[in-house]
Amino acid sequence: MNNSLLVVIAASAIFYGTPLFFAALGGVFTERSGVLNLGVEGMMLLGAVSGAWASQHIGGPAWFTVLASILVGMFAGACTAALHAFLCVTLRTNQTVAGLAITIFAGAVGLSSYFANVWNVAAKPVTRPIRTLDVFGWGDLPILGPILFRQTVLTYVSWVMVILASIYLFRTRYGLQLRAVGESPQTADAMGISVIKYRYVHTILGGSLAGLGGVYYSLAIVPTWVDGMTKGAGWIAIALVIFGFWRPGLTLAGAYLFGALQSLGITLKARNIQINGDILDALPFLMTIIVLVIVSSQFAHRRLGAPAALGIAYEREER
Amino acid sequence: MRSPLRLEKRLLQPRGLNWIIPLLSLLAALVLGAIVLLATGKDPIDVYSRIFERGFASQRALQGSLVTATPLAFTGLCAAVAFRMGVINIGGEGQLYVGAIGASMTGIAMQGQPTGMVVVGMMLMGMLFGASYGSIVGVLRARFNTNEIITSLMLNYLAGILLNYLIFNSRSYWRDPRSQGFPSGKPIGDRSEWTDYSVFGVQVSLGFFVAIAAAVGVWLLYRRTRFGFEVGVIADSPRAATYAGIRTKWTIVAVMALSGALAGLGGASDVGDFRHVLDAKGLQLSGYGYTGIVVAALARLNPLGTIFVAVLIGGLTNAGYALQGPNFPSGLVGTLQGLILFSSVAGEILLRYRVRWNPNRLRTEVAG
Repeated sequence: MNNSLLVVIAASAIFYGTPLFFAALGGVFTERSGVLNLGVEGMMLLGAVSGAWASQHIGGPAWFTVLASILVGMFAGACTAALHAFLCVTLRTNQTVAGLAITIFAGAVGLSSYFANVWNVAAKPVTRPIRTLDVFGWGDLPILGPILFRQTVLTYVSWVMVILASIYLFRTRYGLQLRAVGESPQTADAMGISVIKYRYVHTILGGSLAGLGGVYYSLAIVPTWVDGMTKGAGWIAIALVIFGFWRPGLTLAGAYLFGALQSLGITLKARNIQINGDILDALPFLMTIIVLVIVSSQFAHRRLGAPAALGIAYEREER
Repeated sequence: MRSPLRLEKRLLQPRGLNWIIPLLSLLAALVLGAIVLLATGKDPIDVYSRIFERGFASQRALQGSLVTATPLAFTGLCAAVAFRMGVINIGGEGQLYVGAIGASMTGIAMQGQPTGMVVVGMMLMGMLFGASYGSIVGVLRARFNTNEIITSLMLNYLAGILLNYLIFNSRSYWRDPRSQGFPSGKPIGDRSEWTDYSVFGVQVSLGFFVAIAAAVGVWLLYRRTRFGFEVGVIADSPRAATYAGIRTKWTIVAVMALSGALAGLGGASDVGDFRHVLDAKGLQLSGYGYTGIVVAALARLNPLGTIFVAVLIGGLTNAGYALQGPNFPSGLVGTLQGLILFSSVAGEILLRYRVRWNPNRLRTEVAG
């Protein structure tokens, strides 16, 4: 039963959807503060290459190496995001172009590939990948076993995170203030909330989550470094923020849908089901366009959930 | 918190800054790149002088740089045309692929016809294919208010998959049936190849002259016509444009079609001028579309400036190809291009604001 196609697809939807969720949750935080981050793809790739490097060079017990690589990857994402925040918040540049600049700078043929070359990351496989666990020994339970109990530790982290993020955004003072900064920075500023601080903190938080998503690629999915290995996942994550209406829970659901689409090719190939591989490759990108059209046409006027000040730099003098 | 750095809004924008800012941006990018190089144990002076040598310093180097500059001029124009209206078309990459598909189809089909006719046919089909692909983005944006950044990017990936399908995974019209082992495209035939012209001993392809003509055309269109004026109004305020009776939606689709046509022409030039086949792998490795965004930004969206910047960035890219090896890791050129884009975005700030540095502000805070 656990080998039936539907169970395998559901299990791999979660396995492949997890990095998409991390990156998209980062996007939720960043955009809720009013900063648009189009650099997610670049941040993921830098996270992935740094995580792979750390895994090759940091010794100690296995759990320590894995934890350290995750943190290094998150740190790389955070540093890149700090650069983005400096451009968008302090220098008040065009956020769209700044984000594109990050992706070109750090992306598949940029700094991530340069680091991989200079540090010789691609030459060796990752010795200590993030493996799937068998939680409570329940991995063989019918249907639920492979779906819920045979995932990596990061998937369980992501489930805790989705709850914490929802509480933070909608049930705490800080979350309320964050949303105020994204909706109307003028009002927030008048209330004594530091717009600059909130935007910096949440952009950097978003970058570290993108880095975490990247580490998942180089340590759990592949697991080794390949130039441009995220293959557009960062851009799908940006679209997921819109599909999820800037809410963590809905974003998780969207991430699993796209995780299923991304893994479909691998799953079907493993079972010798003959379907044109190019069509399967095209599915996630095609679906992104279709879902985006549906979402944006239906809600164009209400703009459900989109922070009102998204993408607009805040200038105190211009009230 | 008071910072000693303060940005004051400029009331007037000095004209000279139009030239000074791109130069400063380029300089800043080189300095930042030097920091990256130093941090990874490379000698920046050595790397930069080798880039200059292989990109610009000889007739052969210049010739190679112009080859790379040609598609970049087209994709730069493609980005500039759309960005000027505030439509962020990052689909130049996919529009160029599709243009190359259309042009190579024409080149193969018209084999044996007079060269002039084939060249014009390839250009028209490249433009038509690119324009159709670009207008998908325009229609979705105008009709459904769909975010054009994401749709144009997704279409890039889809066009890449289409290229793979046509050359590697099917027996399509574009694939050379004689190619065994590694599949390749069908050659367009000798008489379909575009001519080169010699300028001061440097071979310049027909495509480069077409790019110059296109840049002048776009400049005239945006400076001298009603259409260009309307694009400017939409860029400044879409609402004002609607109240003024400008057909905003129609203009968005038209600009996206124009933008796509320019990238498609770049694809046609890639097939006609240089590769003479539909090169699925080579096109995807080159990333002309993304680099075109860097070109447009550094040219400050000026169509004529785009040509100069394309030669500059083309030289950098071409030197990167020539030098790639253990002493010149891949990824370096992309990093430098990203840094150039960073500094040119950041440079815009100098145009809008005057930067004031006042250490007294810091001191008073410490004292008080």
